[in-house]
Amino acid sequence: MEREELKNKIIEKWPEAVALEGGEWLNVQVPAEAWRDLALWLRDEDGLNFDYLFCLTCVDWVKHLTMVYHLTSTHHRHNLVIKANLDRTSPVIETVADVWRTADFHEREVYEMYGVHFTNHPDLRKLILPDDWEGYPMRKDFEDPINMIKL
Amino acid sequence: MYQETEIIKAIPGTDEMVLNVGPQHPATHGVLHLLITINGETIQKVEPHLGFIHRSIEKMCESLSYRQFIYSTSRMDYLSSHINNHGCALCVEKGLEVEIPHRAQYIRVLMDELTRIASHCLWWGATAMDVGALTPFFLAFRDREMITEIMEETCGARLTMNYIVPGGVMFDLHPDFQRKVKAFITHFKTKINEYDELVTGNIIFQNRMKGIGILSKMDAISYGCTGPTARASGVSCDIRKLYPYELYDKLQFDEILHEDCDSFARYLVRLQELRQSMHIIEQLIDNIPEGDFQAKTKAVLKLPKGDYYSRVETARGELGVYIVSEGGTTPYRIKFRSPGFSNLSALDHMTRGHKIGDLVAIMGTLDLVIPDIDR
Repeated sequence: MEREELKNKIIEKWPEAVALEGGEWLNVQVPAEAWRDLALWLRDEDGLNFDYLFCLTCVDWVKHLTMVYHLTSTHHRHNLVIKANLDRTSPVIETVADVWRTADFHEREVYEMYGVHFTNHPDLRKLILPDDWEGYPMRKDFEDPINMIKL
Repeated sequence: MYQETEIIKAIPGTDEMVLNVGPQHPATHGVLHLLITINGETIQKVEPHLGFIHRSIEKMCESLSYRQFIYSTSRMDYLSSHINNHGCALCVEKGLEVEIPHRAQYIRVLMDELTRIASHCLWWGATAMDVGALTPFFLAFRDREMITEIMEETCGARLTMNYIVPGGVMFDLHPDFQRKVKAFITHFKTKINEYDELVTGNIIFQNRMKGIGILSKMDAISYGCTGPTARASGVSCDIRKLYPYELYDKLQFDEILHEDCDSFARYLVRLQELRQSMHIIEQLIDNIPEGDFQAKTKAVLKLPKGDYYSRVETARGELGVYIVSEGGTTPYRIKFRSPGFSNLSALDHMTRGHKIGDLVAIMGTLDLVIPDIDR
C-alpha cells in the first residue's frame, strides 16, 4: 500500500492519530492509550497485515519520552513507523509482547534503559543490567562517575 | 544480568532442576548465561541472561561524531564488521544525500561478500565442533585465513576493519587484491565440496540436526528472526533482495529459502549462501571501475534534523541503524537493531522439549555472536 493510501486508512479508523511530515516511511503519532488496540488492528486488518516488528526503541527528548515502533508487512512489503509520547516521570504504555513476540526482549531492554513500564508484560525484569542497578542509563540526564559510559 | 547461583539447583516438590550454562562455557561461544530448567534431560525452559559484554555502544555513539561512531560498530558483530560499518555509512549518507562513486560501491559489495564468506566459514567450523566434530574447525580456519589476509592487506586489520566510511571507503584497494580474491575463489570452489563430503552427508551429523529446533514460519516472523535462521523457515527476508542497496539490484544471485524449519535447513541455507556469495564476487571482481574511492564530503559532517533508518543484510540477518538527528555534529539517539538479539529471543521457543545436547546444536545453527546481542 502506498504512503498516502496507508495514511488515509489509518486516520479514517483512528481519528486521534496524527501523520507526521518527513521520514522515509509514513510516521504516525498516536496517544499511548490507543497503542495496543491499534497494534492489534494493524496486525490483523486485511490489506495492512503488519506482522513483523523490526525495531522497537525509545528516544529521550528530556521533556518527554517517545516510543518508536518500526513495522513492516511480509505480505505487502509496506513499512510504517508509530510514535507515542510518554510522560517522563511515570512513563507507562501497554505491552505488545503478545502481538509481536519479538517485543518481549526489546521491551525489557527499553524498560531497564529508559524506565518505561509496560503494563501486562509477561516477564518485565532486567535483561542486560545487574539486578541492583539504579537509574536509567540511556536517559540524557544519567550520570554515573564509576560506571562511566558517557565520553 | 548477574546472579550468584549454584551450578545445579533442584526445585523442591518437583522433578525439575535449574542448570546454569555459562557465562564461561565453550558452547555459548562468548559470555552468554543460560538458565535452563530441566526435567531429567528434557528442557522445560531456557532463560538467557545478557549483559556480560555490554559496552553501551549506543550511549557512547551519542557523544561521537558521525565519522567517529562507525568505528565502535565494528565491535558489535565482529564477524561482520564490514557490513556493520556499511549499514552505518549508508544511514549517514542518507542524511547527507551524497552520491557514492561507482568504484566505492564495487569495493563495498566485494568486501561485504568476502566478510559473509569468512563469517559463514567460521560458523561452519564452530557448529560442527558443537556437535562433536573437531576437524572441520581447522579446515574452516584454513580457508578463512585467506580472506583475513586479503583484508589485512587492503584494510590494515584482520577483524575490526573500519574500512567503510561515509562517502566511500577509506583507502584504495591493494594492488594484489584482485589476484588474491580470484585465487581464493578458485581455491574455495573445490574446498566447499569438501565441506559437503565431510559434514553435510555425514549421517551422525544429520541425525543431530534433522527435525531438531523447529521454528515455524509464523513464529520466525513473530520473533523477528532474520537472516539464514528465518530463511530456513521459508521467510523471504533477504534485505539485499527486498530493499536493495548499492549494486545488489544489478547483481544476479538467489535468495536461499528452505521450508524444513529445522537445524539442518539452517545449515543448508548457510552453505548455499557461501556459493551465492562466491557467485556475486565473480560478477564484480573483473569489472571494478576506475575512479575515486571516496566522495568529497565536508570535514565535519552534520545531518539535517530528522530520523534516518538503514537496513543491511549481515551474515546473521538484518541490521537496522536508526539515527535521530537534531542537526548537530553528533547523533541525538542511535539504535542498532541487531539480528542476534531477536534471533536469541526465539531460542526458548525452539528448545523446549528437546534434550540438553540439542540445545548446543540449536544454538550453533542460530549463529549467535554475543557482542552483537549485548552491544
